[in-house]
Amino acid sequence: MADSLLKVRNLEVSARGRKGREFSIVDNISFDVQKGEVIALIGESGSGKTTISLACLGYSRPGCHITGGSVLLDGISLLEQPLPKLQELRGKDITYVAQSAAASFNGAMTINDQVIEMPVITGSATRQDALSKATRLYKELELPDPENIGKRYPHQVSGGQLQRLMAAMAMISDPRLLILDEPTTALDVTTQIEVLHAFKTLIQNHNASAIYVTHDLSLVAQVADHILVLKDGKMVEYGATEQIISVPRNDYTRELMAATHLMPEEFHAPPLVTAQEPPLLDVRNVSAGYGPKHEFIALRGIDLTVKSGETVGVIGESGSGKTTLGRVISGLMNAAKGGVFLNGQRLANHVDRRSRDELRQIQFAFQMADVALNPRQRVNKILSRPIMFYHGLRRSEATREVARLLERVDLPSSFAWRFPPELSGGQRQRVNLARALAARPSLIICDEITSALDTIVAQQILDLLESLQDDLGLSYMFITHDIATVTRISDRIAVMRHGEIVAQGLVDEVLTQDCHEYTQLLLNSVPEMRTDWLDEAVTRRRKLIAALS
Amino acid sequence: MNIDNYTWRDELREAISDLTPGTALCVLFLVAVIVIGALAPVIAPYGEGEILTNNSFEPPSTMMWLGSDYLGRDVLSRLIYGVRITLFLALVITFLSFLAGVSLGFLAAAFGGWVDNWISRLNDAMLSFPALMLALIVINSLGSSLVVLVFTVAFIDMTRVFRVARALAVNVMVMDYVEAAVVRGEGKAWIVWHEVLPNVLTPLAAEFGIRFTYAILFVSALSFLGLGVQPPQSDLGVMVKENLQAILYGEYTTLYPAIGIALIAISMNVFVDWLLQRSSAELPDEI
Repeated sequence: MADSLLKVRNLEVSARGRKGREFSIVDNISFDVQKGEVIALIGESGSGKTTISLACLGYSRPGCHITGGSVLLDGISLLEQPLPKLQELRGKDITYVAQSAAASFNGAMTINDQVIEMPVITGSATRQDALSKATRLYKELELPDPENIGKRYPHQVSGGQLQRLMAAMAMISDPRLLILDEPTTALDVTTQIEVLHAFKTLIQNHNASAIYVTHDLSLVAQVADHILVLKDGKMVEYGATEQIISVPRNDYTRELMAATHLMPEEFHAPPLVTAQEPPLLDVRNVSAGYGPKHEFIALRGIDLTVKSGETVGVIGESGSGKTTLGRVISGLMNAAKGGVFLNGQRLANHVDRRSRDELRQIQFAFQMADVALNPRQRVNKILSRPIMFYHGLRRSEATREVARLLERVDLPSSFAWRFPPELSGGQRQRVNLARALAARPSLIICDEITSALDTIVAQQILDLLESLQDDLGLSYMFITHDIATVTRISDRIAVMRHGEIVAQGLVDEVLTQDCHEYTQLLLNSVPEMRTDWLDEAVTRRRKLIAALS
Repeated sequence: MNIDNYTWRDELREAISDLTPGTALCVLFLVAVIVIGALAPVIAPYGEGEILTNNSFEPPSTMMWLGSDYLGRDVLSRLIYGVRITLFLALVITFLSFLAGVSLGFLAAAFGGWVDNWISRLNDAMLSFPALMLALIVINSLGSSLVVLVFTVAFIDMTRVFRVARALAVNVMVMDYVEAAVVRGEGKAWIVWHEVLPNVLTPLAAEFGIRFTYAILFVSALSFLGLGVQPPQSDLGVMVKENLQAILYGEYTTLYPAIGIALIAISMNVFVDWLLQRSSAELPDEI
């Protein structure tokens, strides 16, 4: 192993808490990166994967420090270099692609100026040479109009393009090591594979080595040669990609595998057809838009029904209007045309004019539990308020009810006295659900409630939703961009695009071989656990896009 | 489970352990000043208007620790009474301005639309008058009394408080947890009281400290100009003015109240800075 490019040995990083306590966040990590090889660091949030990747730049975030071990790049110990030497190495030999390109570009400079900044200020290339190299990279990354795209400003290109431009910025100085930190996580599912493909080709063409940080095992299987699985800052498993995905040795890796965003083998059994019972929720021909006169249309002629005890999945990319639909149903936004009917009764357009009982029946579970729960209210208050509000219970009775609710969502009842910031992401999402349950609703609108969670935690939340449905006969409207998740728990689905429903029906009816091109496009973006999937998917994607436009 | 009691004490203990030596000194000074102000009649060696000697600007002696003022009154006693009235005025003014400013600010934020627009534009119009000029005009035309003084300064301060309160509340009003309360069907009053207020309490408390300092300076400035507190009562500003001539005789008489104003203002600022820094450190430090 003498010729490995990067050698990390026994790396240890710790952080200092507010009271000066030291706690270890990365513990005894060792791995090698060979020339031309991609190694993936995979784990849930808090597993230390970003910290490790930053340590490979010889950097630690404020509050953290590297307490032990070594990082050798071609024999140079990065942890012992003085800052000027490190700065020379960073940008030239090692480069970094951050998770959110939108936050990493300077909005006041053209893209070209930022991409070629590094070689020009270090004097390794003239402006002219750097520009022509940038154009070559744009072409390689399959960006539209490679000659001129660099003259635009960051806000004038799409998110997926910006992420690729950031890769161009990282590759401009021909680095020996490229560090990619969740480069596709913030992108729409269908764009994600395109960007991933561009990264893969780029790394192969330049024979660069890369460290790819992600939480998504199925995606990383497409690009990585080796995978390092992390949990709580410790190495869980390290091996070749084929081995990890086909014969994982560790229980945790198996758990991760089970929770990946793969298509389920078989769909939810369609519900028993009940007699002509009126649907619980009926959305009839609803159009809505933003602006004082609804001039920016977000929804066009939506028809949707949810029957009692049923789960309806609403799928679409960002901007498809799926969240707007949820807001119209819950009365947060006025519909311009059409109406929402609950048990055959027409609901008023706006929350203010709906009766308390109508409000009680439809509850809304928000996407981000950390902003959906007031950080200054104890869980007890968050949960007891809807109980007292809708059911008129006294405070002491409500407090007893809160304990039952917490038990129902598998949380200890002592959590009632905690504040939301003292809970983990998954626990907060459970409290978020418990708040919806507290009203004893008939329908819960779940707006992307699993998308901010780690895969394993998301799986637990989905299991919880199913068991609640079995016990309480709830209906769900499940809004998401993740077609794999939604097909796992839905009875029926609706696919939205540009504010319209392009397909809806029972899951197996919608997801057939010859379904709508857009549905195919979404299906095509669901990764499959084999290493040759990506190339096929990209080819199929281009055909579908051509057919759609 | 008596949880409320537990966290209150816990938080106080934690806060005290967080104090840096400099901040602790400032807090001690503020506490001392407040105690002195509250107990002025007990502490002061002589009465406020008592003339003890025929000599103006006597140097400090065992009888009068800080000497006498231009009428031969004890400077120390007047200083203690001055602190009392200065703090009292500043407290009443800041309290009134917050009551009005925060109520209007929350009202504007909670209702938005034309309500917000009207209140905000009116407030902007008031803000466009220079504060001191406005105060001079109003007090001159209504006559100088403590009531007029308090309400005028409180009104001027209110326009500043309004902007801060509205800005803070608007930020909270767009959070998902407020939206969750709206979907539940909660009224505006409940939302403002239970969802918004707890989340803006710390920055508002800090703003209270800053406004309190400004009120002291503002009242002192008005008193110095002769429009604030009227003799024989005196606040620190009046004392600076009365004893200006002492400088000619080489005495420090006029500097004592001036130093008093400065120390109170600085201590308050240090304390508020610490408060703000601490509350921002409590936020989760994810990157």
